[in-house]
Amino acid sequence: MTLDTDIIFTTEQQKTTGNVLPLLHEIRHALDTLVDEKIPTIIDLRRIPLSADDEEKLEAFLGTGEVRAEISALGPTVLQETQYSGVWIETHYNEHDEVMGKFITIATVPHILLAQGSDIEAGLTRLTHNLNTPLPSTGSSPDDPVEQR
Amino acid sequence: MSSSISLGERLSQQGVSRRTFVKFCATTASLLALPQTAVPQMVAALSAARRPSVIWLPFQECTGCTEAILRSHAPTLESLIFDSISLDYQHTIMAAAGDQAERSRHDAMRDNKGQYLLLVDGSVPLGNKGYSTISGQSNVDMLIESAKDAAAIVAIGTCASFGGIPKANPNPTGAVPVSSIITDKPIINVSGCPPLPIAITAVLVHYLTFNRLPALDELKRPLAFFGSTIHDRCYRRPFFEQRKFAKSFDDEGAKKGWCLFELGCKGPETYNACATVKWNQGTSFPIESGHPCLGCSEPDFWDHGSFYQSLFPWERYKAKPGAGKGGPNH
Repeated sequence: MTLDTDIIFTTEQQKTTGNVLPLLHEIRHALDTLVDEKIPTIIDLRRIPLSADDEEKLEAFLGTGEVRAEISALGPTVLQETQYSGVWIETHYNEHDEVMGKFITIATVPHILLAQGSDIEAGLTRLTHNLNTPLPSTGSSPDDPVEQR
Repeated sequence: MSSSISLGERLSQQGVSRRTFVKFCATTASLLALPQTAVPQMVAALSAARRPSVIWLPFQECTGCTEAILRSHAPTLESLIFDSISLDYQHTIMAAAGDQAERSRHDAMRDNKGQYLLLVDGSVPLGNKGYSTISGQSNVDMLIESAKDAAAIVAIGTCASFGGIPKANPNPTGAVPVSSIITDKPIINVSGCPPLPIAITAVLVHYLTFNRLPALDELKRPLAFFGSTIHDRCYRRPFFEQRKFAKSFDDEGAKKGWCLFELGCKGPETYNACATVKWNQGTSFPIESGHPCLGCSEPDFWDHGSFYQSLFPWERYKAKPGAGKGGPNH
């Protein structure tokens, strides 16, 4: 027996909390609200006791849809649409790949995916400035013809 | 010193996008048990918040609380927020010392009168003022002087919150917590030995967002982090219900990860969020590492008998009204 096998616990995991089915009904209700009233819902999975098995079952039931988006903002954020359009799994990680938050988002598009107003304004300012500034290396503008080599 | 530029502007200058900020607010709201509908309000309020002045007084302490905060999770969103406060005094880590450091504290108190946050870690000795002094000033005098014009006080760690180890029997220094001395200011106790760093950041964020302290329990601890027991959220809880207990640290039960209750685990009576937030970049918490919870976030935890003696017979727990919904006191 190695030292490793001496000290590693072979923990018996709890199989289920029984919370998956009620949660799925809550998602169905939220999707109904999105369809009828156009109101999005965010369900914070941190607030619901779920075992590792539960999370697997939940994600397996929701499946994988057409869209997967990744945001790089001080650690990745992954937005995975499920097979039920409008139901997204939103997972925020920090730079150590530690999960900082996990949500089921029921929305047309998750809010964090939208370009934010102040970022757009800052982008406009930067773009305007860059267009009015000659390229540093050549002094040329982006529209100058490229010489044939 | 508190700055004229807002927190949002400062983060923007540091290259933090609005989207990153939204992400921070979403995850912090989750930690604070706030609904996600509060996120837009948090984004707006935090963006507009001025950089607050913070005075941090380390008294009778081991520096473990400071280490826990300064060495945690850096560089992340919460550390960015922490970097965005104006930490005008913390004599353990500041470059200045002696009169120069004390001048900085007095300047911050004068310039931010009624608006600065006072952070305290460590207990305050009352037995003899000479037991712990800073630049010749006793801890109790410095606390009273600094608290006078503070907006609110955050007691960091079990020593500042409840007296901690210095107060343990026979309490040779006459140690008391902050709340025994200051009674006319809002006080929040973020207990733990050390406390969860994210709990401190979240309290600061809540204060900056809503201009008031978050909901507290009867011991003035933030409910978002101290609203349920370690036992409530423990992944070994099902073994407790099944009466599967480790009887020693090397028996089959221990190897299978069974409940550590009979090895003295204080989880059923300890309110803290270690089981969900965890430590060391989310690696684990003491029970996950095979050791019973010591109950370090509770008052007088050091004097509650042996760390390795069970709290009460299992049958007594099951006979309690509300058993199964939380700790025996629920």
